[in-house]
Amino acid sequence: MKVAFYPGCVSKGGCPELYPATVKICEKLGIELDELEGASCTGSGVLQEKDRLLGDVLNARTFAMAEQKNLPIMTICSTCQGVMAQANKRLTDPDHPEYLEEVNTFLKDEGLEYKGTTVIKHILWILVEDFGVEQVKSSFVRKLNDLKLAPFYGCYIVRPSWALDFEDNPDRQQSLEMLIEAVGATVVDFEGKTRCCGFPILTINEKNSVSMVAKHTSTVQELGADAMVTPCPLCHLNLDGYQPKARKQSGISIHMPILHLPQLIGLALGFSPADMGLERHIISTDAITKALKESNPV
Amino acid sequence: MKVKLDVGRFNPESEGDKSFRQEFDLEVEEYYTVLDALMQVRDYEDPSLAMRCSCRASICGSCAMKINGTSGLGCNTKIVDVIKKDGTVKVDPAGNLPVVKDLVVDMEPFWSKVREIKPFLQTKGPEPQDEYIAPQQAMLDLVKPVGCIMCGACVSDCTVLEVDSNFIGPAALAKASRFIDDPRDEMNAERFAQLNQYTGVWDCTRCMACVEVCPKGVAPMDRIMTIRDQIINAGIKNTNGARHAEGFASIVKRYGTLDETQLVIKTFGVLNPIVALKNIKALFGLLPVAYRALRKNKLPPVFHHKIAGVSYIKNIFKKLGA
Repeated sequence: MKVAFYPGCVSKGGCPELYPATVKICEKLGIELDELEGASCTGSGVLQEKDRLLGDVLNARTFAMAEQKNLPIMTICSTCQGVMAQANKRLTDPDHPEYLEEVNTFLKDEGLEYKGTTVIKHILWILVEDFGVEQVKSSFVRKLNDLKLAPFYGCYIVRPSWALDFEDNPDRQQSLEMLIEAVGATVVDFEGKTRCCGFPILTINEKNSVSMVAKHTSTVQELGADAMVTPCPLCHLNLDGYQPKARKQSGISIHMPILHLPQLIGLALGFSPADMGLERHIISTDAITKALKESNPV
Repeated sequence: MKVKLDVGRFNPESEGDKSFRQEFDLEVEEYYTVLDALMQVRDYEDPSLAMRCSCRASICGSCAMKINGTSGLGCNTKIVDVIKKDGTVKVDPAGNLPVVKDLVVDMEPFWSKVREIKPFLQTKGPEPQDEYIAPQQAMLDLVKPVGCIMCGACVSDCTVLEVDSNFIGPAALAKASRFIDDPRDEMNAERFAQLNQYTGVWDCTRCMACVEVCPKGVAPMDRIMTIRDQIINAGIKNTNGARHAEGFASIVKRYGTLDETQLVIKTFGVLNPIVALKNIKALFGLLPVAYRALRKNKLPPVFHHKIAGVSYIKNIFKKLGA
């Protein structure tokens, strides 16, 4: 399978371990990556606050680039996925074809035109839908039976539902749990899995943002989770990077490693924790490494 | 069809502070709503079950509750749409509000926040002789926020209220938007000043929970984002929130992608001594975070690269006046 790869800003910025981990697992799984080098930021919902049209034009530009390659876009960030999905719904609204025409007028100078055919999928959905859990599983060489893992989706991959095609793809709402089970781990289910990590208000109301980190990480710790797994690097930044502050603010002794989804898949594919960049996490992942040593081959 | 209704119950008179769960096995019709099923319980199984309901047609806004963990109206949620594989539907009182008994919550914190934004038209000049004339389009734009039935579903699912009860919340902010956008109201400056403060529009996380659960399509978060932009356009830019929004746009305009380091500098106003001084505590708080990231080789690159074709991005911004 070949995809137009949209890595997003954070996988090369604040979460530099995510990009190489993704490239490695894609190579092993047979996902050929054609990176969209000239693509811009999606706007992350922030640009859209100021000007929705501006955000839609920037995203249409990216969609047009993928369309020229005749490839679906693969994202590795819940926020990128959600913002792009919302933009694509507006751009392809059959009741308002004039909107796409208007947006295309801003792309003309660059010789681009978006026709409205690009499909945008997070790697989470590609693994569950395009590959299928059984096929992904067949590539695994390690069974992570000893691990108890809590899913944490990130807001924009679960809301708003009008943009995410859940009716046609009902597995999307359980996709993370399906992959956690596929690696042989036990799912630690909790209501907070679809709530907010607090990242968007980190620099605006840090206390509230950190309270969200404390709430989610301490809840799953109490439920016996060894780690959380997220398809969103922004959630990772907050849940991992601000956990020490959450510990201090809440007075709860929290220690909850946070795994990027590609890292989890990579560990099951046989990559070492170092290959997956686990040593770059703020919260030590030693418990995961230990569990790996005791894990069974498939 | 058979359904097991799993109800979160609480009765301070007989059970003290303890909430408990109770299951009811019901035979219901396919067209039943969750509210129909609850009324069947109350009428035939347990008359002590406390709940609010009136119109049964998504108009009165009385029966907001949590259904399988997500807020919504009992009266417009069909059982067949929410029944789980094991045949159960889980029902709980609305979140983020104190529970009085079973599914009845105390709405006073909700109403006091709505009252806080002065939910009525306020004018400044002399009253017109006949009537206030408003352009039709302006009133059409208000259709969505006016459609709010004050059910509290958005408040119940708000992720900020889960950690900070001081946040004014999505319902009150959507109501504020209804008056800000009303051409007859002349208190925008006062409203912006109020909503620009802590507990106001900048505390929203943009998680979309309120958009998802609103039974009337009010989309409170969209209204909150509109107010944010109106506040910035009114020249009120003295918050980290406003600096974050403007800084984000300027970085994407210049580079095509986001540079997190520059965004932090712009948000905290590091290059402006007065702003930086205000944020001094937060800036010092960043030091251990940055130190930990540095130790783990996790800091973003020092020099952020421009993407190919960034001049086109700049042009798009320019053409849109951004």
